[in-house]
Amino acid sequence: MSTVEAARPSVSSERAARRRRRFSGPRRWDTLRDKALGLWAGLALLYLFVPIFIVVLFSFNDNKGRFNLVWNGFTLKHWLHPFAVPGLGDALLKSLEIAIISTTLAVVLGTFMALSLVRYRFPGRRSTDLFVFLPLATPEVVLGAALLGLFLTMNVETGFATIVIAHVMFNVSYVVVTVKARLEGMDLHIEEAAMDLGANEWVTFRKITLPLIAPGVAAAGLLAFALSIDDFVITNFNAGQTVTFPLFIYGAARQGIPPQVNVFATVLLLAALALMALNLVVQRRRAALDARVPAPPGAPVAA
Amino acid sequence: MVSLRTRRALFPYILLLPGLAWLIAFFLVPVLTQSYVSLESGNLEQGFQFDWAWHTYSDALSSYGDQFGRSFLYAGVATVIALVISFPLAYYIAFKSRRKNLLLLLIILPFFTSYLVRTIAWQTILSDDGFVVNTLQSLGILGPNGRLLATTTAVIAGITYNFLPFMALPLYVSLEKIDRRLIEAATDLYASRWTAFRKVTVPLALPGIFAGSLLTFIPAVGDFINAQFLGTSRQYMIGNVIQSKFLVTTDYPTAAALSFMLMGVILLAVFAYAKALGTRNLTEAAV
Repeated sequence: MSTVEAARPSVSSERAARRRRRFSGPRRWDTLRDKALGLWAGLALLYLFVPIFIVVLFSFNDNKGRFNLVWNGFTLKHWLHPFAVPGLGDALLKSLEIAIISTTLAVVLGTFMALSLVRYRFPGRRSTDLFVFLPLATPEVVLGAALLGLFLTMNVETGFATIVIAHVMFNVSYVVVTVKARLEGMDLHIEEAAMDLGANEWVTFRKITLPLIAPGVAAAGLLAFALSIDDFVITNFNAGQTVTFPLFIYGAARQGIPPQVNVFATVLLLAALALMALNLVVQRRRAALDARVPAPPGAPVAA
Repeated sequence: MVSLRTRRALFPYILLLPGLAWLIAFFLVPVLTQSYVSLESGNLEQGFQFDWAWHTYSDALSSYGDQFGRSFLYAGVATVIALVISFPLAYYIAFKSRRKNLLLLLIILPFFTSYLVRTIAWQTILSDDGFVVNTLQSLGILGPNGRLLATTTAVIAGITYNFLPFMALPLYVSLEKIDRRLIEAATDLYASRWTAFRKVTVPLALPGIFAGSLLTFIPAVGDFINAQFLGTSRQYMIGNVIQSKFLVTTDYPTAAALSFMLMGVILLAVFAYAKALGTRNLTEAAV
């Protein structure tokens, strides 16, 4: 997610580059190549959105029978009765609960780890770095199976708690990586200055470090939340009798997915879009403040 | 009373401790336990005994070699296709676009729809009477009874689709970081655009290619959702086997042995890949 906040080259250097480009090679080929590149990018984005279009479209499908695979006319009934399918609302609620709890835990644990790994030099730092990366390099099916193996040997009954444990486990590494990326671009001296002025670690963290890494922490939280709410593989191993949103979909797939699933998928998509737009706006505000240029009122939201 | 110095020295460990403990308890210990389980024999009713049952590994490999090979083949092909699709896309966003943030957002956005819902949507798109199949049939690309759903093509296409952003985003990051002046310098020194691209842009984008390939390949090789929803048992991958061994037939030793081998091969592949890209990087620099 840190990619979104990547620095953009200044307009002037781009202009200079374009001026220089004029002297190398025939320009017609350049524009042709640029057009082809643009076309390719457009087609790739289209490819990414084809199934999304289907998901949204079929939330309005007046489906006959259990299956929602053939277009049968427009209806709003699924949107008006989103909870008509038994179990779906509960599953969604469970997923939200699990996502909120596991994201909070993973963000706290992961942020502390990232701080420790970037801020301090201590024996064992590099191996810890590598160790934190390992869960990211392990396929989900292995993570899920191994964890269930542990719960089985320890005679722990799987359910809500074990799902949370699993989600925190795979999310901690993502949080560490995301927050570390933010921390690495930060000036150490501000913290040193605070310490020199008599602030202890906790005050320095609260007053200096936390506000500075907040965007990274927010991005990590958003990522962890999205990964948690969508996780099927690891959850499927460790869920016991608990049914989350993805588990509900998986179970329903055999008898046909109810269109209400499409409704909720669309709502989740819109919520994500709203959060990302908000994140962009906040970042712009911050960038504008940093540059000490007041943001023009009514400036366009999208880049 | 602990002195300030010791407190400062202990501080990084205190920060590290809770998260590290969590990872050790719920990642490291389970994975290591799996190696123990893989050497057990027995069944769920009569219990499992540890007896150094190395034969589980050879049995698993001879029984599920096909699924193993398929996993690596599908994941490899999907990674290459994802790279081919993503590189121009990432290049366009990094070098040509003025709406970088918007385009990046558009890449990420589809993946906020549930993974299963997306894959099931592909089922609809590729279904036998669907628009895509009908078009391909009338163009003669597919035979009159040709299908897309339940084929290898569908499974690979699904994997490619589902892991595409893991390729596109790291590629974008590494392309964005490239100092444009280096490319200008190359063209100033009479390199053609193509040569500059080959000798400057691509080598500098290697970290992104490396990260993107791994982030695509690793989840792809363990995936079983695409094979299950878009393929048949003839497309089943090692993930399908591990999942059913663990959850359906409760053959824990075989499941554990397969997981362990999968992890081992992945780690080997990562190191080999790192070495190959690293050395090529060096020779490129030397030329």
